[in-house]
Order: sequence, then C-alpha cells, then structure tokens
Amino acid sequence: MVMASVTTIASHLTSTFLYAPEFCRLSQSLHTSQRPCTRKSVSGTISANIDLKPPPYALDALEPHMSKETLEYHWGKHHRGYVNNLNKQIEGTELDKMSLESIILASHNKGDILPAFNNAAQVWNHEFFWESMKPGGGGKPSGELLELINRDFGSFEALIQEFKLAATTQFGSGWAWLVCKCLFHQIYNQKLEPIFFNVYFCVDDLEDKKLVVLKSSNAINPLVLGSYPLLTLDVWEHAYYLDFKNLRPDYISTFLDKLVSWDAVSSRLEAAKVSIEGK
Amino acid sequence: MALRTLATRKTLGAFSTFPQQLRGLQTFTLPDLAYDYGALEPAISGDIMQLHHQKHHQTYITNYNKALEQLDDAIAKGDASTAVKLQSAIKFNGGGHVNHSIFWKNLAPTKEGGGEPPHGSLGWAIDQSYGSVEKLIAKMNAEGAAVQGSGWVWLAVDKELKRLVVETTANQDPLVTKGPSLVPLIGIDVWEHAYYLQYKNVRPDYLKNIWKVINWKYASEIYEKECP
Repeated sequence: MVMASVTTIASHLTSTFLYAPEFCRLSQSLHTSQRPCTRKSVSGTISANIDLKPPPYALDALEPHMSKETLEYHWGKHHRGYVNNLNKQIEGTELDKMSLESIILASHNKGDILPAFNNAAQVWNHEFFWESMKPGGGGKPSGELLELINRDFGSFEALIQEFKLAATTQFGSGWAWLVCKCLFHQIYNQKLEPIFFNVYFCVDDLEDKKLVVLKSSNAINPLVLGSYPLLTLDVWEHAYYLDFKNLRPDYISTFLDKLVSWDAVSSRLEAAKVSIEGK
Repeated sequence: MALRTLATRKTLGAFSTFPQQLRGLQTFTLPDLAYDYGALEPAISGDIMQLHHQKHHQTYITNYNKALEQLDDAIAKGDASTAVKLQSAIKFNGGGHVNHSIFWKNLAPTKEGGGEPPHGSLGWAIDQSYGSVEKLIAKMNAEGAAVQGSGWVWLAVDKELKRLVVETTANQDPLVTKGPSLVPLIGIDVWEHAYYLQYKNVRPDYLKNIWKVINWKYASEIYEKECP
C-alpha cells in the first residue's frame, strides 16, 4: 500500500513540487491559523521575505500564565531577530526562493548544518510554539487525539508525565515535542532522480504511526528528525526566565495546565492524514 | 571574606550490611563568593548574582552529588550499563559545578581590581598573541555572542604549547573537552540565565559590560603558574 502511494506520488510530482500550491498547503497544514498561502508561483521567482508572523492572540492574552513582557521580548525580539537574520542570510542565494520548510531541510543538510539552519528552524519553531498555545488553554484533549494518546501512551496522564520529563531534562537550550512518527517519502523529479532534499509527511491512515514525545537541543525540530510535529514547548531559558526565573518545572506545568491548545494539536493531527495523492 | 571550597567526606560502608570495602565518597558544597551579590553592579545585577549562585550553581552541585552517589552504587554492584548511562548527568552537573566555581573567581568588584587590565607576563602574552587586550576582548565577545544556545566562552592557556587560546564550549562542557592541555584563565557564562533579567536578549551588551568586573589578577596568577 505504501509502495503504491509512493509511486503514485512520484509520478505526479516534478521538481517544481516544492513551489507548488500542494506543498504550500501542506506546510500550511502545520499551522492552524489561516494565513493566506503566498508561495503560489511555479516559475521560481518568489522572493524570500520570510514573515514575522504574530501569535494568534494579543501579547497580553496569555496572562497571568505567560506575561506580556515575556511575549514582547520572546516574539518581539527573539523571534523577530531570527526572521531578520534569516532574510539577511538567504537574500540573493538559492534559498531565497524557497519556503521556510524547504530552507530548513536544505540547510540542515543531513546533519552537516549550514549557516541558515539555526535561524530558519528557530523561525519555524517559534511560529509553531505560539500556535501551540491559546488563552484559556489546558484541559484535556478529546476525540481521535485522545484515543491515539491512550493507545500510544496508555493514558493522558502518562503522556503528561513523559512530556514533563522531556521538557525538564532537555539540558541547556531546546524544545520538547509531541510528534507523530510518520513514514518518510523521498520526492523524485520526472526523471526519477531524487530531489536534493527530502519531504516528510503522513499519508492515509495513522494505523502504523505512533505518537511519541521527543526533546531536541537548540534549533533542531522534528522536520529534520523524520517526524510530524503536533505540539511543542520552548525550553530555552529566554522562554521562561522573566516569569519563572530558574523554575523550569513550574513553567512546564503552567504550560500544560493553562496554555496548551489541544485544539491545535487535533487540527495538526487531522492535517497529517491529508494525502498528497490525487491532488 | 576568604574563598573556600568545602568538601565533606561521607563514608558509605558504615551503613552497609554487605561485606564490602570501606569507601569514602567525596561530595561537594557550594563555594562562597569573595564579594557580596550586589558588589558587581552595575555590570551584573545583585539579583542575577544571587539566583545564579544560590539556585543555578547549587542545583548543579545537588544533582552532581546525586549522580556521583548513583555512580558509586552502580560501580559497587558491577552495573556497567548504569555507570555508563550516568555519564551525561555527571558531565552536565559536574561540568556546571566546575565551570561556575571558576566563574566566581573570574569576577571581582571594581574597587577590588575588577576590570583592571592584566600586567606582567599575561598582559605581554595577550599583546603578542592578539595585539592588545581590546582586540582580545573583541574576539571573545564575538565568539561569545555567536554561541548557539547555551555555553561558555574561554580565554585559556595551552600548558603544553605555552600559548593563549580563545575557545567556546557548549552547555556545561568543561574546557578540557576542547583539549586536555587547556587551562582556563577566564570563562564567561553565556547561558541566558547569566544575563537575561538585566540584559534580556541583548547578549552583546552583557559581554561588553562584564569586562568591567573581570578579575585579571586571578587570570594572571593561573597563567604565571602554567608559564613561569
């Protein structure tokens, strides 16, 4: 079944896939808010201008659990800095024409990391992080997400324990993630030569996929780890120091109790099931 | 206020019912600072110094001691895989203790010589290797600002080659992980906890200002010992 879908996908794709609306919508599926897709051109003349995307809520909307001051620095300085530095770095290079996800994969370079990676990945990670939270967040997931959590962790409480452990024990700077371990597909051009970088996405049903907790250091994210991200928590000290000082465990608990958007996680899970086949 | 590092001896064998060799396990305690928390202002705030010393450094020591006890236990039981698994906890927390112990000595209030440029053989060696103290500082600040995530920037002397080196390490890796003959002269902590409350995201400002309280006297003493 997998081989059939890979062949079907391969036969539908050309080297312009990554500029095509399909890939754009795929990358959009990882973000719940409906930002208009700007990467529609297939002729390869898109200019970089990676955007500084605002969180889907006001900077004071997460108070008292995450202060406005934190958002002002974290989004307004750190995230903004990554965007500005990335745009400076990629201007006039071949990365300049690519989507953010493509820049991340290309600059990750299978682990032999190129200069743009840190900025690109951090831009993506922070966008994903803002969308992983909402005012009045917390509570429990429901529906299919809860079923899969129960299937893969035993219980919601077990997931929480594992997520807390990952976030607490990520030494130094980094991130904790809930991901779906998906099949990895290599994209070929019409001559069936592998295209330079690889694309990760989930197809069809999620029977043999597993939900897993991961932790990563610095800018590393699941896109380069062969997994489909569903949720993240930033555990760089800048994410919590103003509100919690050294007390990272309190920050992690507050995130899980008051901020996490299980709706966003459910949407991302839903999007993971979208097949590229037939588009 | 004299700087002292306390170590306590704890004998495990006394409480054990197993017929094993009496073995002492040395655990570690938080060294005192040679100055008050507020004495490095305005370069580094008293709040930061207190949190950094009493919370961050203390936590490394607590976790280091715990890892050492677990390691001791694993060795006694011949549990090789546990012993190996503990290595990362020992590197993180032991490294954190080692690095911060050096850091407190690298700092001094301005009225006790903090910020006063090096004289003697270290000053000369810096001029030879880097042109001037200002150029060395610029280099260290550039490298410190460029550290991705958490880490340290160091001025070191290679005790074999008898030359000065600027290095960076990630997380709490001690300087020796970059070269066994490297002896730290000055280490600057660029983890965000070292500056965030005061300098927020502007790490370069922290690096610019910390030189006002760097204890070059201590660095010179270490240098003269390695390069007499």
